[in-house]
Amino acid sequence: MADDLTTDHPPFPVPRGCPFGGPERAAGGDAEPPLTRVTLPTGGTAWVVSGFERVRRLLADPRISSDRRRPGFPHLAPVPVGNPPDETLPMVTLDAPEHTAHRRMFVNEFTVRRMRLLRPRIQEIVDQCVDDLLASGRPADLVQTISVPVPSMAVCELLGVPYTDRDFFKARTQKLLDRSNSAEEMRKGFGELLGYFDELITLKEKDPGDDLLGRAIVKYRDAGRYNHAYMVNTATMLLNAGHETTTNMISLSVVALLENPAQLAELRANPEHTAHAVEELLRYFSVVDLTVGRVATEDVEMDGETIRAGEGVIARPSSANMDPEVFADPHVLDIHREEARHHVAFGHGGHNCLGQNLAREELEIVLNTLFRRVPDLRLAKPADELSYKDTEQVYGIHEVPVTW
Amino acid sequence: MVSNDTVSNDTVSTVRLLVDRERCLGAGRCVLTDPDLFDQDEDDGRVLLLTGPDEEPEVTAAVRRAVQFCPTGALTLSDD
Ligand code: HEM
Ligand code: HEM
Ligand code: SF4
Repeated sequence: MADDLTTDHPPFPVPRGCPFGGPERAAGGDAEPPLTRVTLPTGGTAWVVSGFERVRRLLADPRISSDRRRPGFPHLAPVPVGNPPDETLPMVTLDAPEHTAHRRMFVNEFTVRRMRLLRPRIQEIVDQCVDDLLASGRPADLVQTISVPVPSMAVCELLGVPYTDRDFFKARTQKLLDRSNSAEEMRKGFGELLGYFDELITLKEKDPGDDLLGRAIVKYRDAGRYNHAYMVNTATMLLNAGHETTTNMISLSVVALLENPAQLAELRANPEHTAHAVEELLRYFSVVDLTVGRVATEDVEMDGETIRAGEGVIARPSSANMDPEVFADPHVLDIHREEARHHVAFGHGGHNCLGQNLAREELEIVLNTLFRRVPDLRLAKPADELSYKDTEQVYGIHEVPVTW
Repeated sequence: MVSNDTVSNDTVSTVRLLVDRERCLGAGRCVLTDPDLFDQDEDDGRVLLLTGPDEEPEVTAAVRRAVQFCPTGALTLSDD
């Protein structure tokens, strides 16, 4: 692999350019080569696969691994040294058949029906956050009042975090997503959350209770493979996977609709269409994009190139979601787009997002509630002066000052 | 524009919906796509058809979309 000795592969990632013109480097279709070799921030190289069909094909290929311990996995940041024991690794980093076994322990917690049962609680959470927004001074930051606390409280609801602990939980997640805090403060906040899950799970081990973590403890014990550190890691993984993703989608969706007043007016008149609009917003922003990494376990031929065993590959949802073969005029946000639901913003293959129906529900309820209860909501700063998360692993916006 | 030209639109064709519950990892895109036909099991979260035991589900446009969306290949169409 003499190739690896050269450094002339373009760097990855590059900033997106226009947040509302779609990810520039993910033009999809003919504009982008099917496979590109890139240099990662960590110095290694990886393939980037483009286009709807190829991204889906790759993510469904059993020769492609999600195992972050394998050499060649396309890490975007240096990984901490020292491998955690195998039996403590959460499902995101496992391959079938281990992945399947763990995922099966949780799928029934995330069914469409289960998520519908959560609806009234999510509505209460959102109403509370909108109360807080209205009670705060103008302008207020949408990110800290709505986008951060809604997913944070939704994860509490899902995992069974007691009400008395929720203020603590909310404050820590707000701190983690507020960049005015130093790296040191953020590390401390994250450590506190890990410590919290450690204690919570220790309590639930004694008295499991009828919630996701309690039921999971019982199931794993019945299967004879309960492990405390595994459960702490899985709770943390669910918080990580479900929080910043949804936070950024809320912020971006609100800004996008405020910037498209005609489409917003249609949703206000027909809130039952919001669920479909959410699919288009998910497609349009593809907030999880850079991190959908894999490593080949065997040589994989694709469109005339060979991804060799041990080489990393990144399958960008934004590239699939901006493919003009599938989405006509992909850079146009169109809440009526018929094919919007084809998007792969939640990934594809066995690791497709476990929490997608919770995310859909949160987004739908936030948009309908916010625009109904705050009819004259508007940006207090032009959209093109907002600070976009161009260098972060999950795409989004840092602050969104709003007034009403 | 995602093509499904492997199957004809002919309603009297012999295309059948095949369900492999072993592959299903249960995020329920099929349920969102066609709630009249697909459901998820309360206990294991995996796909269930809301048809009677001997009833063959009709392969409608919604069923074809569900097959396309299914992320795990648990839903397929066959014509034998
Ligand atoms: C709009 C919000 C969200 C987006 C865009 C999103 C996107 C994604 C994507 C693209 C993947 C696949 C990653 C890969 O294949 O490498 C994924 C996996 C996952 N997501 Fe989400 N997600 C969101 C919200 C949530 C929520 C709310 C939860 C749970 C509370 C969640 C839990 C998970 C889990 C557990 C996985 C790993 C599944 C597995 O490995 O089998 N996500 N998500
Ligand atoms: C909110 C409404 C906005 C709309 C409708 C919009 C629309 C567009 C369009 C149509 C283009 C040219 C076509 C394209 O490259 O795809 C463009 C380019 C661009 N926009 Fe925006 N934009 C918006 C906001 C913003 C904001 C907030 C920023 C900066 C943070 C921004 C930065 C850029 C940049 C840097 C380019 C050039 C991209 C490139 O070609 O490298 N735009 N925008
Ligand atoms: S879409 Fe596929 S994987 Fe998801 S629940 Fe339905 S059959 Fe299972």
